[in-house]
Amino acid sequence: MVDIPDSRGTSTSSILTADKRTKKRNAAEKRFRFYGLAAICIGLSALVMLLASILYQGIPAFTQTKVTLEVPLSADVLDPEGNRDPEDIAKVITFGYAGLIEEAVENAIEEYGIEIEGLDDPAAIVSKQASAQVRNWVLKNPEAVGGTQQFSFYTTSRIDQYYKGKVTMASAELDSQISIEQIQLAEALEEAGALERGFNWDFIFAPDASDQRPEAAGLGVAIIGSAYMMLIVLCLALPIGVAASIYLEEFAPTNRLTDIIEVNISNLAAVPSIVFGILGLAIFINFAGLPQSAPIVGGLVLTLMTLPTIIISTRAALKSVPPSIRDAALGVGASKMQSVFHHVLPLAGPGILTGTIIGLAQALGETAPLLLIGMVAFVTEYPDAPPDGFFDPATALPVQVFNWTQRADPAFAERASGAIIVLLVFLAIMNITAILLRRRFERRW
Amino acid sequence: MPVFWIIIALLGLAAVGFLLGRRNALSSVEGNPTLLHSRPNYYGAGVALSALIPALFVLAVWLFVQPLLIDTRVSGAIPADAIPEGSTLGLVMNDVQRLASGLEQLQEMGRITGREITDLTTDGDIRARLGEIGFALGSDVRPEVLDAARQFRTLESTGRLFMTIVALVAAVAGFAINLSRVHRDKRARNQVEGVIKALLLASACIAILTTVGIVLSMLFESINFFRQYPITDFFFGTQWAPNFRGNSDLGIIPLLWGTMYISLIALLVAVPIGLFSAIYLSEYASRRFRAIAKPLIEVLAGIPTIVYGLFALLVVGPMLRDYFAQPMGLGNSGSSVMTAGLVMGIMLIPFVSSLSDDIISAVPQTMRDGSLGLGATKAETIRQVVIPAALPGIVGAILLAASRAIGETMIVVLGAGAAARLSLNPFEAMTTVTVKIVSQLTGDTNFASPETLVAFALGLTLFVITLGLNVIALVVVRRYREQYE
Repeated sequence: MVDIPDSRGTSTSSILTADKRTKKRNAAEKRFRFYGLAAICIGLSALVMLLASILYQGIPAFTQTKVTLEVPLSADVLDPEGNRDPEDIAKVITFGYAGLIEEAVENAIEEYGIEIEGLDDPAAIVSKQASAQVRNWVLKNPEAVGGTQQFSFYTTSRIDQYYKGKVTMASAELDSQISIEQIQLAEALEEAGALERGFNWDFIFAPDASDQRPEAAGLGVAIIGSAYMMLIVLCLALPIGVAASIYLEEFAPTNRLTDIIEVNISNLAAVPSIVFGILGLAIFINFAGLPQSAPIVGGLVLTLMTLPTIIISTRAALKSVPPSIRDAALGVGASKMQSVFHHVLPLAGPGILTGTIIGLAQALGETAPLLLIGMVAFVTEYPDAPPDGFFDPATALPVQVFNWTQRADPAFAERASGAIIVLLVFLAIMNITAILLRRRFERRW
Repeated sequence: MPVFWIIIALLGLAAVGFLLGRRNALSSVEGNPTLLHSRPNYYGAGVALSALIPALFVLAVWLFVQPLLIDTRVSGAIPADAIPEGSTLGLVMNDVQRLASGLEQLQEMGRITGREITDLTTDGDIRARLGEIGFALGSDVRPEVLDAARQFRTLESTGRLFMTIVALVAAVAGFAINLSRVHRDKRARNQVEGVIKALLLASACIAILTTVGIVLSMLFESINFFRQYPITDFFFGTQWAPNFRGNSDLGIIPLLWGTMYISLIALLVAVPIGLFSAIYLSEYASRRFRAIAKPLIEVLAGIPTIVYGLFALLVVGPMLRDYFAQPMGLGNSGSSVMTAGLVMGIMLIPFVSSLSDDIISAVPQTMRDGSLGLGATKAETIRQVVIPAALPGIVGAILLAASRAIGETMIVVLGAGAAARLSLNPFEAMTTVTVKIVSQLTGDTNFASPETLVAFALGLTLFVITLGLNVIALVVVRRYREQYE
């Protein structure tokens, strides 16, 4: 008898035990799967790191160290004429108040019985903003001149940073803006209860402050500027975007013009944002003569940028309304226009709204084009109420972040991160609203 | 009358027109709307639209044309010898406009009367008076400038007056004509719908206008630039050293090199991570895992780029410097190609992953089933069947990501540095096209000097590159789609 050769060749594999090749293939399978999982983990950990580092660096910006002092409003300094006339008091410039602050600090040292050897210039622990703060108060209450008044001042950013752990005794020794003795003074004042760290609403509502006083810088003007721009974007981009989408989705004949419009919209969606800034600078500012740094220009530029986003999502929303709705409306005698405006558009409403909010969120975070139209300017005055305020100089939240990163004092890095938190909170609110709207009104046909 | 109030007046007129039109229509059929051709509201809307649209059109055209006309009139009246040495007519006109708007403000605040302005002389210390209201002038006022500013103001105020009159007359005329034609047989609905359709078309055309605006604005200034700076030096120069006193080297090569290098690193980070995430999410992940992980990764796409920029500046840059660059002796700069590239890569992950996810899901299930039925493992199926089938789409996605990376601004502004350099060391600071656009166009700019105008040429180059990449990507993706549908 001839042996029948094993049809499987020389291998003696069995389906019960895996052979070498199968093992190898299974290992490759497992590896491949692992790569995928690892990629997702890397992505997610990048997200966590990003958010954690911003939160870690930014949260301290919301608190600030303040010192409470009794300031003697001596009449000799503030009202040399002695007639309590507000106009005469206004003649004393901010610089004149510096002496009062010094006196107040010295009084406090005496009162609390603080003794620190080698203490030089104790008033340097109080922010330079203090004199302006006292002056503004005095101008409002001229009758108080001659008495004493309790004020709560910011400490300088170095003292503040000491309490936030970013300035240490060792670094203070090398620093020309703070001395170890001054930190000791701050600690002594803290023990006496005159110095404490608390939540700082001014960070959110006050305007920006100069390079020298990071402790007083706030986001007020930036938030108003951003809000104005969002208002302009909403008022322009929503109607124009919806109108364009209705035309393209419901009325456009297939011809060359329609093709050109379609191609243009998809290209504009991918044009780098900075190019829109160049457009704004060349057309709106240089050619049309609109003012620099004004929310109106920013709003117009962001409108052009957001339009493609809104058009694309609105078209998707219109497309998702089934044709039977249109047919039914036409069937009972509505005109094409009536079928669109009375039936299709209301049904697409939630989808359009969601797309608009997402477009607005994008516009809110956009920085690059705003740099080119001069929104980087240093603005310390709130813009007026609209519509005049649209033409006043303002900044925007993301630009304010950029602005602060460009300043020398390290305390501004903390404030930039804090501003990012404010920006992210706004973005989160907008996106969550969009998601909730979608959940609430989503319709399956 | 300020434009704002004109518009309010027009809106008021339109509202009245709506009510009157509606009422007249109803009264022409003695209150029985079934006898009308259209529903009563259309008659009202017709009147309102014919009051609004011509007037708004006049207003828009007037606002656009008037400054141009006044500019030519006034600058034509400035004698050639009134332009100081080293200045141009444009700069003098800037002074004139600024003075005119300063006087306007003074008058608005009631600090000066119209008569006083006519009597103003240059020795009246206008600059100090303007300074009082916080309006700073660059130099003392010269008599020619003052005369021109006065002329400017007169022309402007007469222009405004005529504009108000013409706009209101147009509104009233449209209103009256349409109202007089309200009649039971008037095809009001068709007319109104025609107008609305035209408005819809006009809105759609804004996309074209924007593109045209982008191209024209950059093209004209670029041509200006190339008149002052040789085009070959711009495209082939290997030195970038702008100097505001003139004689700058403005070669684009170092900037393009920085841009490409950073984009390359960004893609090396984003493509593998994004692609593997997409594969895992669409082929392996359970429904629940996908429902959580996919939106979380997409959160990365919703974070503004300034946040990534700050992350690069405060965290990634110092970390790379302290743990990689300095120990290896490759430099000690926090901002570097690596910093910007890594962070930009993170930004692009969701972009690559969600685009690839869509494309991989679009590969027909039958192809997977065929491969699995032949005994291939899942990984083999993906590698040898799904990916090759999805490849054109994935290439398209990568090209789109590349175009994003090239046009990205804030991450490189904060993370890459400002020094234009041709170097291979990824831990050195380099700069990109977008960074230089920002730095040449912020701060003091003089739109006559090549150092400022170069930004427009850079912008145009950037626009052309990204547009090219997008078009190629779209073509690739479209061709792929035709295969399976």
